[in-house]
Formats: sequence, C-alpha cells, structure tokens
Amino acid sequence: MHSIQQIQDQIIDEFNFFKDWSEKYQYLIDLGKNLPEFNDSNRTDSNLIKGCQSKVWLNSSFDNNVVIFEADSDAIISKGIISLLIRVFSGHKPEDILESKIDFIEKIGLNTHLSQTRANGLLAMIKQIKIYALAYKSKK
Amino acid sequence: MLDVYKIREDFPILGKKVNNTDLIYFDNAATSQTPNQVINVISNYYREINSNIHRGLHSLSADATNKYENSRSIIKNHFGASHEHEIIFTSGTTHGINIISSGLEKFISSKDELIVSEMEHHSNIVPWQMLCEKTGSKLKIIPINDDGTLNMDEYKLLLTSKVKFVFINHVSNTLGIVNPIKEIIDLAHKNNSKVLIDGAQGAAHFKINLEELDVDYYVASAHKLCGPTGVGFLYGKSELLNSLPPYQGGGEMISTVSFKKTEYADLPHKFEAGTPNIAGVIGFGAAIEYMNSIGFDNIEAYEKQLLDYATENLKKIDNIKIYGDVDHKISVISFNIGNHHPSDIGSILDQYGIAVRTGQHCTQPIMDHFNIPGTVRASFSFYNTKSEIDLFIDAVKKASKMLG
Repeated sequence: MHSIQQIQDQIIDEFNFFKDWSEKYQYLIDLGKNLPEFNDSNRTDSNLIKGCQSKVWLNSSFDNNVVIFEADSDAIISKGIISLLIRVFSGHKPEDILESKIDFIEKIGLNTHLSQTRANGLLAMIKQIKIYALAYKSKK
Repeated sequence: MLDVYKIREDFPILGKKVNNTDLIYFDNAATSQTPNQVINVISNYYREINSNIHRGLHSLSADATNKYENSRSIIKNHFGASHEHEIIFTSGTTHGINIISSGLEKFISSKDELIVSEMEHHSNIVPWQMLCEKTGSKLKIIPINDDGTLNMDEYKLLLTSKVKFVFINHVSNTLGIVNPIKEIIDLAHKNNSKVLIDGAQGAAHFKINLEELDVDYYVASAHKLCGPTGVGFLYGKSELLNSLPPYQGGGEMISTVSFKKTEYADLPHKFEAGTPNIAGVIGFGAAIEYMNSIGFDNIEAYEKQLLDYATENLKKIDNIKIYGDVDHKISVISFNIGNHHPSDIGSILDQYGIAVRTGQHCTQPIMDHFNIPGTVRASFSFYNTKSEIDLFIDAVKKASKMLG
C-alpha cells in the first residue's frame, strides 16, 4: 500500500503526460465513468456534500483500522475529481488522512481549470473526508 | 440595423482573453457589460464632482445633485413614468421588491391571498413568503405549461376576491419567455388587485411604457442594462408609494426631526434614506442614454436575429432539449444535452473562453417542474456576434462529444 503522498505523486506524474486542458478533462471524464457503482442506499441527504453545484454524495466506513470512502455525483467531471480523491484517501488510517497535505490538485493544474464554484465544492469534499477521519480517530 | 463591430469597440472587456482564447460573453442575463461611455461617466464623477447631494450649498454638491436628479429624469422619460418622484433609486431589483414587501405588511391580513408564478426568480418568491409568514396570508402559484409559458387559465381561476397582490416577472430569467404582463395587469385590476412586475430581465431588451402598462409597481437593475452594479429603480404610482411607510429611517428621508415627532420627506426621498449610490445612479442614466443612442428597436431586432440563429443551430445538435422554446422571448436559451449535467457542459465551455451560466438560475421551481438539476443558459446581448455563436455551437458539440 502506497502512502497518501506517494499516490499524489503518481497522479502528478500521470497528469504530466497531458498536453493541454482537453486531455486532462477527457481523463477526468473517463475516470468519472469508471468510478465503481455507488450503493443506492447511501445516496442519502446526510451523505450529500453542501457547496457543490452538482450533487455529490460521500459515504465512509471504518474497517481494519482504515477508512474506506465511496462517492458519487450527478456530474461526470465531479465524479472524475472524486475518483482521484478516493484513490488518494481511501484505505488509509484516520491519522494519516488528517496529517496529509494535499498538493496534487494544484500541481496537476486542476485548480486553474476549476471555476470558483467547483473549487469550493472540491474544498468541501476534502473537508468532509477529514471530518470523517477525525470522527473515526476519536472513536478508536 | 446596428453596426456590432463598431459597438464592440465601446466595451473594453470584450477584447479580453480567457483561458488563452478570446472571451465570448454569453452570460448577459446575469449581468451585462459596461461601455466606456458609462465607465468614463463613473470615473469622471469621482475625478470631478464627488460630493454629497441635495443639501450642499457649494458648487460641487450642486453639480452632483443635478446629475443625480438628471438620471431620475432620464429614467422617468425612458420608462414612461408619469412623474419623476415615482422613480425611487434602489440598490437593485431585490431591494425594490423588499421595499414593497415590507411596506405592504400593514395592508395584508390573514384573510388575504397573494399570487406569484412558478417561473419567478427566488427574489420574487422569498420576500412574499416572508410577508405571508408575518401576516398569515396565503401565497398562490400560477403554474407554467410544459412549453414554459404561464398557464393563464389557471391565473384567471386563482384571481379571487381574496387576492390583494400579484407579483410576476416581465421576462423569465431562466427561459427568456416574455410574459403577457398587460393582460395580467388588466385582469388583476378588474379584480381590484395590485400588480408588481419584476423587470430585471425585461428592461434591457425592449422599450417599456409604464403609464401605458398601467402597472402599479415595476422594479429593475442597472447592471442588466449596461449600467453599474448596486443600483436600480423602483417605480410606483404616486398614490401607492405615498401610502407605504418608509423602508429605512435615516438622513435624506425626513423633512423635520424632533424627539416629539419626525416628519418624513415627500417622494422620492422618503425611500432614499442615507447617502445613495450617487456615482452608480449617474452611471445608470448614462447607460440608458447609451442604449438609446443605439436604439431599443435596433437592439430588439438584432437580438432576435442572434436568438433565431443560435436556436436554429443548437437544434441541430443531437439530444438537445431547449426549455421555453416559444416565439415571444428575449435572447436567452436554456438547454441540456442528453443526460449530461449542465455544470459539465459549462466547465468545458469555460475552457473555450465561453461564459455561460449553469445551474438553477435562482429558479428552483422551474427545475422541479422539468425534473432537471439545472440547465446551461446562454444569453446574448446586442454586442454579441453570429461568429461568436458559431464558435459557441462548435464548442457545445465538442463538449457533448467529450462527455460521450
């Protein structure tokens, strides 16, 4: 299992191959389409993240001392971004998630391609991921 | 017909690059761009005559007061009000609506009913819901038909003797549909109901005559008409405005103040407490003059051409659905492509330098009616061109292809 930082570095390497924004977007769209199917029973209001123009649901579970995230959105580019976040955060210990420093979004140049509305949504997602991690950490 | 390329030279922002490509600004229903003629008037105000109005004896104040009041005169003439004092300067449409909703409180009881429509902007829904909460009155809703137009038969049925007020937009900000407000007003008046028209989207696209419409209240914002943000006007018939209590207390809105009794000023000052947005109001006047120099008939005819051209070409795209595709509308097109989320289309268009709006456009009830999360809304102005529309159509096709 790679560390959160190692996974971020892999993503940064992958995005370095793309020549322009359209390739990055196409990749996000493809990631969004390939996101594992979300369990309908988790599509609840309490799993809905506020602050996104599109709807984003984030569900978490705690198993074997690591946090598992699954998520969904009604917009495909959001789903692609979620897919990256799950790849980075899911399967890690709560304390590792809380201590992680997220730099891949800036380094892959995604922030410059996101509108303020979408950037706020992304921040809201990361915040919610850390809130879940905090909750599991204090439960232990 | 107007010379669009000459007009574009008046708008410095239209030469801007976004994401390394030329900006294509199709978000005019949210806010219009500002020509040099307005920018210069505002910056000259601060350079040359900045001072407080109405009570200063000195020349600067007199100059600023004259220009401020001259804007009132320009707006009164342009919109065909009977008197200058019927034009109240506000911070915008929402402020105008709130002056009325707060003022009507003492006239509304729990037995009364108010009417809005399903296609209203939230700013023409929420203040009336708040009024209903305070007074116990009931809010009734005119539904829309599936083509987006108002269901006028239902409106007639809703107009009972209990209805005191009707609040309707002149033009739907989401669908661009122009409502039959003359008919709405006449029917309401026969029923002894008063009417407020939200003109935020109407005022910029064609000539309006308030006296002929016989409307009781009309509200609009300068920033949709090439003017600055943070300024607008509320029109009301004199006798109605006189009957309303002031909205805010403060300077400017009084004639005498003592601890025994304060007398309020006459119209329009009664509703203009505090130092107003003087530069904004003067800029608003300049914007109306600018648009009149182009001519509202020219603007209306040209924008119709853009609308027809864009609609015709958008319709050729596979799986496109246009909402509110009817004859009588302004240059606004709300659409979706297949099941693609509007924010996905909008994000990709932004990469091509094309500014459109995506989402619910502050009209959640319309989205609920069509059972959609939102739409992509492209709104054109008289400074947009057919070649911009060509690039837009091409980008929509590319976005649709990318999303697969």
